[in-house]
Amino acid sequence: MTATKERENPVKAPKVPPAWRESTLLRHLFWSVLGLLALYLLSISLDPFRNLQLAQICYMAIATAGLTVLSGLSGQISLGHGAFVAVGAYSTALLLEHEQWPIALVLVVSAAITAALGALVGVAAARLRGPYLAGATLALAVGLPSLADYHGLREVLGGANGLIVTPPPPPLSLGESFPLERWQAWIGGLCLVIVLFLLANLVRSPVGRNMRLVREDEDAAALSGVHVARTQILAFWVSAGCAGLAGGLFAMVNNLASPGAFTLTLSLSLLTAAVLGGMGSLAGAVYGAVIVTLLPNWSNNLAQSANLPQEVYANVPLVLYGVVLIVVIMLFPGGIQSGVRWAGVFLRSKIRPE
Amino acid sequence: MAASRQVRAGIALTAALALTLSACAGGGGGGSSTPGVTDNSVTIGSTIPLTGPAAPGYSEQGPAAKAFFDYVNANGGVNGRQISLKYLDDGYNPAQTVTLTKQLVLQDNVFAVVGALGTPTHTKVVDFLNSSRVPDLFVASGCTCWDNPKEHPYTYGWQPDYTVEGKILGDYVKKNFAGKKVAYFYQDDDFGRDGMKGLDKYIDPSQVVQRQPYQPGNTDVAAQVSAIARSQADVVVLETIPAYTALFKLTSLKLGYNPKLLASSVGADPITVSGLLENFAKQSGASVKGSDLIEGLVTSAYLPALNDMSNSWTALFKKIHDQYIPNVPFDGNVYYAMSYAYTFVQALQAAGKNLTRQGLIDALNKGGLRGPGLVPFRYGADSHAGFTGGQIAIVQSGAQAAQGTPVTTDDADGPVVPYTEKQPTAPPNGIPAA
Repeated sequence: MTATKERENPVKAPKVPPAWRESTLLRHLFWSVLGLLALYLLSISLDPFRNLQLAQICYMAIATAGLTVLSGLSGQISLGHGAFVAVGAYSTALLLEHEQWPIALVLVVSAAITAALGALVGVAAARLRGPYLAGATLALAVGLPSLADYHGLREVLGGANGLIVTPPPPPLSLGESFPLERWQAWIGGLCLVIVLFLLANLVRSPVGRNMRLVREDEDAAALSGVHVARTQILAFWVSAGCAGLAGGLFAMVNNLASPGAFTLTLSLSLLTAAVLGGMGSLAGAVYGAVIVTLLPNWSNNLAQSANLPQEVYANVPLVLYGVVLIVVIMLFPGGIQSGVRWAGVFLRSKIRPE
Repeated sequence: MAASRQVRAGIALTAALALTLSACAGGGGGGSSTPGVTDNSVTIGSTIPLTGPAAPGYSEQGPAAKAFFDYVNANGGVNGRQISLKYLDDGYNPAQTVTLTKQLVLQDNVFAVVGALGTPTHTKVVDFLNSSRVPDLFVASGCTCWDNPKEHPYTYGWQPDYTVEGKILGDYVKKNFAGKKVAYFYQDDDFGRDGMKGLDKYIDPSQVVQRQPYQPGNTDVAAQVSAIARSQADVVVLETIPAYTALFKLTSLKLGYNPKLLASSVGADPITVSGLLENFAKQSGASVKGSDLIEGLVTSAYLPALNDMSNSWTALFKKIHDQYIPNVPFDGNVYYAMSYAYTFVQALQAAGKNLTRQGLIDALNKGGLRGPGLVPFRYGADSHAGFTGGQIAIVQSGAQAAQGTPVTTDDADGPVVPYTEKQPTAPPNGIPAA
């Protein structure tokens, strides 16, 4: 309460905002540190299984954040982001197995490899519009994971059975009984905060402005000197890099890279997360990731404890998923973030009636 | 709304915190020091595809195993403990298998994982289960990979592995079709390749004229089947799941090609295959009688025939089926799941009143478990492999009819030898003695 009272002054008086609010960079840094602190407190208060879910939320949020920048900001649709996650996961699996690099390096390299692939796809995508782009990326999601079954690659990629990833254990300095899941949640959380920090800065940068211009009107953007294709390729590059990093974390958290894990469903749940959270909003990406990760688990447990007949039980999670999707979209067509924003405005008007 | 945009990251993380914390109702443990065990209950878990591509047939295994446990519970349980099975739907997606297995172990505190289904799915959790010292019993897959007591002391197979089955079928081909042309139609993964490994130990390589793989999921097998038909093989061995046994049969019918068929037990359940044959035929506008089409199909069985009510095991399982899950068809999957459920109850009995994880493992390693299987298990300190063999069976009027005596072998170069000991009869009340 006191915080909001204090904030009234700078608004009424001619602008004297605190230093950290003046600079975009400092402001994002402040929130990042706060986010890290929150994640730390969360992880030490949760049991190992909840920490595993936290780590899963982190990688889903990273991939969704990348997708939301691509779709919400630069206006390109991708139904194939699961394929990029797969590339990141396989890169991490192979690097961990063959090179034994430290995990940080492995994750960065996996993200870089996927980003490079994303840039290639972006070159094609810059020439495609709407349904054609959706179709092309859909083909990517369906086709790429089956590469693992290709004869020449089977020895390397493990065929339909995929690869088993042995997760790097927590450092001994944390104590011998430190839970692996918490360590993974820490790595995931750190990656998420770094990614959100970088993306938030990108969004507020001239590049981000160009992306919005391209999304609104390509011709107008071109006339005002924006290189449309280059901006679109850049968006694909960034977004695929995020998906690649998410894939690396996926492989580390789930101990695997295998074709059965990167089905079309994964691509669609990333898109669902982006839409649920609010297209184009980084915070929305986190909300969406929380929902698509936790909801199936909750509804499964619910159906199990309700002792339903099997035909019903197996379908309850799907039905619930659909219901949540419909309710959110009906209530907040702009996603959960628009709801949060609305609630923020509403609260502020109550606290401080003009 | 610049202000609200600034706080996005912060709000998001707090929301994640709130949502996760609110779900933080811990799973129950129990008074005993062994997870999942109390004085009057033992909780076990499993992952089974209830939805998705692998669900038809396999989804019956959860309810069937549960039905058997419910029957045991209704008759007093084991050592005064009621068995509670929690089976979760992994949709045959290995990432789901990992999450759900961790949920079972870390959150639901299960005593053991029993009858988890699938090679690509279960291989990803074997390390986790073993490093957590959770008994990982009777994996529902014939992969040779479950038999590795040194690396995975807590993991046990159950059904005969695919190489053992391949050897039995190969031996049959060698004895009955000497000099004939043979072709293989196999699933392009560990299942198909392990099976071929066994076949090749007996069938002369000069006899094998075609080896055609298929990818599960791709239902157009015309190219492979016509290549086999062109090779004019007299005998075709199918290392296939039921859907591809049916697809092979229908496609070869269209080509007017009618070889002698052998199939691994995985893809030879008469009820499942004939149902699929009728379904597939209906989709392409034809009407066939499925059971006629698989007449004469040769397979290697390791459980008694489903329709042989004179067999005490079949009678027992049919009785439980009719009482607890009458809506599920009484097919090979139901029989299979009730059988491993029986083996688990038997192991619990052998582990004694003071139930611990190590006690259960010791009881299994002592060996000597016999049950619905036609041959014994290979369980011991040096082997965690399931059934040691099976018996050639030929489909006659829609059901498997056993031929000759059961045989046993191993997954290496051991010979295929007849097994003459008689199958024990089911206990009168259906519950194994301590």
